[in-house]
Amino acid sequence: MSDNGTPRDLKQRYKTPKQEMPCQPAEVRARNFTEVALGLLGDNAKLESYRCIYCKEPACVSGCPVGVDIPGFLHEVEKGDLAGAARVLKRTNLLPAVCGRVCPQEEQCEAVCKVGQGKNGVAVSIGRLERFVADWERNSGMAQAPEIAAPTGKKVAVVGSGPAGLTCAADLARCGHKVTVFEALHKAGGVLVYGIPEFRLPKAIVAAEIKALEAMGVEIVCNFVVGLTRTVDDLMKEYDAIFVGTGAGLPYFMDLPGENLGGIYSANEYLTRVNLMGAYDFPKNDTPVIRGRRVAVVGGGNVAMDAARTALRLGAEEVRLIYRRSREEMPARKEEVEHAHEEGVNFTMLTNPLRYHGDERGRVSAVECVKMELGEPGPDGRRKPVEVKGSEHKIPVDTVVVAIGNGPNPLVPRTTPGLETKKGKILARDESGKTSLRGVFAGGDIVLGAATVILAMGAGRKAAKGVDEYLRTGAW
Amino acid sequence: MQMRVLKDVHRIVERRELAPRVMLYRVVAPLVATARKAGQFVIVRVEEGGERIPLTIADADAEAGTITLVVQEVGKTTARMARLREGDAFVDVAGPLGAATHISKVGTVACIGGGIGIAPVHPIAQSMRAAGNRVIGILAARNRDLLFFREEMRRACDEVRVWTDDGSEGKKGLATDALRELVADFGKVDRAVAIGPVPMMKFVAKTGHELGIPTLVSLNPVMVDGTGMCGGCRVTVGGKTRFVCVDGPEFEGHEVDFDELSRRQALYREEERASHDRYMKEVQS
Ligand SMILES: Cc1cc2nc3c(=O)[nH]c(=O)nc-3n(C[C@H](O)[C@H](O)[C@H](O)COP(=O)(O)OP(=O)(O)OC[C@H]3O[C@@H](n4cnc5c(N)ncnc54)[C@H](O)[C@@H]3O)c2cc1C
Ligand code: FES
Repeated sequence: MSDNGTPRDLKQRYKTPKQEMPCQPAEVRARNFTEVALGLLGDNAKLESYRCIYCKEPACVSGCPVGVDIPGFLHEVEKGDLAGAARVLKRTNLLPAVCGRVCPQEEQCEAVCKVGQGKNGVAVSIGRLERFVADWERNSGMAQAPEIAAPTGKKVAVVGSGPAGLTCAADLARCGHKVTVFEALHKAGGVLVYGIPEFRLPKAIVAAEIKALEAMGVEIVCNFVVGLTRTVDDLMKEYDAIFVGTGAGLPYFMDLPGENLGGIYSANEYLTRVNLMGAYDFPKNDTPVIRGRRVAVVGGGNVAMDAARTALRLGAEEVRLIYRRSREEMPARKEEVEHAHEEGVNFTMLTNPLRYHGDERGRVSAVECVKMELGEPGPDGRRKPVEVKGSEHKIPVDTVVVAIGNGPNPLVPRTTPGLETKKGKILARDESGKTSLRGVFAGGDIVLGAATVILAMGAGRKAAKGVDEYLRTGAW
Repeated sequence: MQMRVLKDVHRIVERRELAPRVMLYRVVAPLVATARKAGQFVIVRVEEGGERIPLTIADADAEAGTITLVVQEVGKTTARMARLREGDAFVDVAGPLGAATHISKVGTVACIGGGIGIAPVHPIAQSMRAAGNRVIGILAARNRDLLFFREEMRRACDEVRVWTDDGSEGKKGLATDALRELVADFGKVDRAVAIGPVPMMKFVAKTGHELGIPTLVSLNPVMVDGTGMCGGCRVTVGGKTRFVCVDGPEFEGHEVDFDELSRRQALYREEERASHDRYMKEVQS
């Protein structure tokens, strides 16, 4: 590198082609639950990191919701010091192995990467490298436990063990506070364990992170439903502060006739049965799921892609995504859409369900749909889909997954008097997530509405800072 | 409420057979025992790999930190449970879940338990009486072998009447007959609570409605999380979709679409049978 930080071998760097990450072939992976993307190989990772040009003002860092020092960790990879790279990553990101897999990098760091600008530019694969480093660290067995400050004697309760809660808990533990995480389900991890499928995020990775957290002295209490087992008010009597990270776990339905017929699932139920309860391995695991022959998934987001690809892996002959706009407008990540397409998911676009028809046992047998066309742009700039009159038609199905979105989990707001909400979301008064109740912070999907893992982690981190400050100063 | 121990081993401290294929388990769960109210339930997972099943809390001892569950053996999970002994433990008990019964002083209350439904109606009878109501307990079953909790219900109620379909104990007739008789005897019943198999609840709710008695029922759909996260427990009530695990489990009976509930309960019947058969073979060999 030259004195002013610009690499001397800029040309060489620009000439280095993007390194591909091997994947399981589409026709193979569409029938198994093991991870689709296999990760970069060592030499390729090094070459890929070499594509970074070390901009003076790295746009990628500002593009990252938590401001990971991207050039910093890439530099370590380039040098071959993977432990060093992991250290840099973990300074700002508690769960790099998760984020490297599920972050929408193409809208964040990689979208603004200088190398990727211009007609032929291809951004540095920051996400893949992040994953590479984190996987290396986990497999090396050399992951270093972070330093923990001397005990402060303060106790903090964290409600919910999704990425927001886990991050907040880790940071608070580092500050020396005694942290207890309360989780309603029997397993910690939030959407990372019950929602996002194994083929995109192996559960062993989440389990390893949780073990690391416990090694830091964080206590995780499962089967504890805050609001019912004990209320937030009860917890306030025993803890000095509370962080609420209960997520967006309320599935929306469309309120269509026949929607309660058998075989119609919310995406949450479908994915929870398969991921958390292990229904893919029924009857070895006790929880079943209907293995449809013809499955329709309604929606166009990441959750819909996960459900559709899960249906394929459960052995469906035909899996169809029903979405009311066109493929270009699907909110899902491009990579996931492409993966779904390669695996054989049928994209039934510009189509909207109207009602469901059932058989004599009360199971869904068809979804009646109407064709849509794109009209004038709405207030959000997206063209509004409008029904095409007379285009009603029936599509035969035996399983339907409704993946049109999730609302904030209502349990804590409903049982906590004085906790201000707006449209069900807990109102945060500032960046640190202070709520209307003294000593109670909130962050993640419960504040933002269904968002992303990295935003939830960012919120957990900022809240931890806020909680620590509050515990030290008492100022609210 | 103090929380001394956060992580408990949910040990079975008492286990006895109440009727053929009906077991009582008293289980260590202090957090639940101290927080639960009548009408609430827990989600239990018996072992790793097991499913999450909802069970109504039939009784609780806050001091001993135990809850009582009454379980009918119907499939693999409950068969597996029945093979556990005192001293064994469930891996997970989460709760208390669901909304508590709305308890108020209304006058005369009929608490009707049909078969296995006698267990969940018991804590409601206790609470209704504690609120100052005259509580008449009705135990109804196909025959005398299926009855249990006679003593418990006598302690909880002002009066208990027993009805069997075949007349093998108490009066001969159905739960609906029992309700009609109460109205004839007392002139007025101000509230009925009916818990039991779906057809029983459906007909008691219908009879109650005809007689002008608000009749509460407790629904038992298939559940997964029990916290409102999946919608698997949804049922139409009063023309609207409700999540039984958080909006219920109790609803005004005449508003419930019982036929939809039955169909949804039957969704996994084949899988359940296969799983049960496989388990029984495994146990026998
Ligand atoms: C199928 C699916 C796929 C997704 N894919 C992606 C992706 O590829 N990339 C991405 O960035 N984001 C993705 N997301 C979104 C992302 O998972 C969420 O934004 C993120 O998990 C939110 O984190 P959180 O910590 O706020 O909440 P959650 O992860 O929802 O965790 C909340 C936790 O709180 C628990 N809880 C709730 N109520 C209580 C209570 N009363 N007491 C105790 N515990 C309680 C819940 O059980 C849960 O474990 C996806 C979401 C889904 C559903
Ligand atoms: S059991 Fe999942 S929402 Fe009720």
